Amino acid sequence: MLNRLGAAPGAVHAAAVRFRNATVGYDRHPAVHHVDGDIEPGSLVAVIGPNGAGKSTLLKAVAGLIQPIDGEVRVEGCPRRRIAYLPQQSEIDRSFPIPVFDFVAMGLWRTVGLFGAFRRPSDVRVAEALGAVGLAGFERRTLDTLSGGQMQRVLFARLMLQDSPLILLDEPFTALDDSTAEALLDLVLRWQAEGRTVLTVLHDLGQVRAAFPTVMLIARRVVAFGPTDTVLTPAALRTARQMTEAWDDDAPVCRHDGPDHRHAAPGHGHAAHRHEAAP
Amino acid sequence: MTAYDLLVAPFADFGFMRRALVGVMVLSVGAAPIGVFLSLRRMSLTGDAMAHAILPGAAIGFLIAGLDLLAMTVGGIAAGLLVALLTGLVARTTVLREDTSLAAFYLISLALGVLIVSWKGSSVDLMHVLFGTVLALDDAALLFIAGIATVTLLALATVWRALVLECVDPGFLRVVSGSGAATHMVFMVLVVLNLVAGFQALGTLLSVGIMMLPAAASRFWARDVGGLCAVAVLVAVLSSMAGLLVSFHANLPSGPAIILVAGGIYIVSVLLGPVGGLVPQRLPAPHRAG
Repeated sequence: MLNRLGAAPGAVHAAAVRFRNATVGYDRHPAVHHVDGDIEPGSLVAVIGPNGAGKSTLLKAVAGLIQPIDGEVRVEGCPRRRIAYLPQQSEIDRSFPIPVFDFVAMGLWRTVGLFGAFRRPSDVRVAEALGAVGLAGFERRTLDTLSGGQMQRVLFARLMLQDSPLILLDEPFTALDDSTAEALLDLVLRWQAEGRTVLTVLHDLGQVRAAFPTVMLIARRVVAFGPTDTVLTPAALRTARQMTEAWDDDAPVCRHDGPDHRHAAPGHGHAAHRHEAAP
Repeated sequence: MTAYDLLVAPFADFGFMRRALVGVMVLSVGAAPIGVFLSLRRMSLTGDAMAHAILPGAAIGFLIAGLDLLAMTVGGIAAGLLVALLTGLVARTTVLREDTSLAAFYLISLALGVLIVSWKGSSVDLMHVLFGTVLALDDAALLFIAGIATVTLLALATVWRALVLECVDPGFLRVVSGSGAATHMVFMVLVVLNLVAGFQALGTLLSVGIMMLPAAASRFWARDVGGLCAVAVLVAVLSSMAGLLVSFHANLPSGPAIILVAGGIYIVSVLLGPVGGLVPQRLPAPHRAG
């Protein structure tokens, strides 16, 4: 069933994310700076770190919603408009009178667009996506009648329909009960099995250890990045916890010599945010 | 007095009543769905503000050409679009939010309008601009209103999906398509056009009424956007017919009569509407098992 939704493994174009000395933030203050690293096609990466570490900001930069102050965040194999992004705090107006079916069907925007006809195969895909998140029969319910967990599952159904090679999830399992979280995590694992690249901001270290092969630990900079067991060391976690959260208004301009990069300072340098479509 | 005398004769016997009826009914078809979207986007008062913003344009038209519908219309549209554009620009590029930014511009616009009207108009003219002349709609005005209603319906059909998406989940629209700002501007242009069409018939102050009151009432009768629009159009059309009849029989000004009928339907809806009306809410209803 899922193959019809998401296409068979291998059919999905592989998407990669490459950080090159990337600094992202607001008003010249970095939320996270000098990020280097490659997220390879088809990988499943957990982004972890304390509150204020810059996790959400980094994800927004990957989604193309903010431009890096410096350096480069490059997405390969997935045009910007195709990225599936689940924000932590969505701007969804849940009082808007729209049925679950119509809401989930927005995931088909890429194929249906403004005018595309909505034919039987589309109906079937929406119904299947709702079935896959355990919400069969919810089609005619309006958003304001859903619980928090049901709403999150509705959002996952929409993500599924977006059929994107690159999926960004910002704290997708927060405030969910165990069984809902497990069901949604299964979906995430299935997405990876289908060849998609998934980047997930998480807080539950147990869950990270159990299910995520790769971890990026950040605390306003990359503390460690790599295979899960090499990253989640007591020393690295302690370092992350000691992060200073505050902005210093009088902080000097950052001087940083990256491992393999030219001398760079935050400010308006050669910032670039490029997305390259798959060939 | 027979039912025919009461309901049909005024329209059958008098040409100006027929023209007024056609004018307001056509206006209703375009303006009511716009009102529904305004109310769903929590912009119910935006219509009112925009109606005030139109005033200086209409006044300048009046200053140049006298009580000429075309000049006042062109001026009104220009002023309305300018305010909508500046508001959107400031809201999207600075810290000010849309509501504050709109408030600033419409107040400037309103003060300008009053200044211009008082500079060279008599109070009778001002009354015309403010309260409209539904019983004196000429062919040009009717065609204009019909044209705007047509444009509105076609434009709504075109941007419908994007508009709904922009209302319910703007963040999502921003990621999957860059059309959020464009959709919003198209919508604001439709608001301005319909207000200008409305002020031909109902005046700048009351043209918002045929937009917002049916939309507000519709929330108590329907659950989805399409249903809301259908109910709102129906309420607006009914208010137009009933309002004109009331104004004819009781010799009342027609604009306020139409809006007051719409207001009456709104109050009845709040009380008795099946979707969350006050009385249905309080009726004892045993809950279901699942």
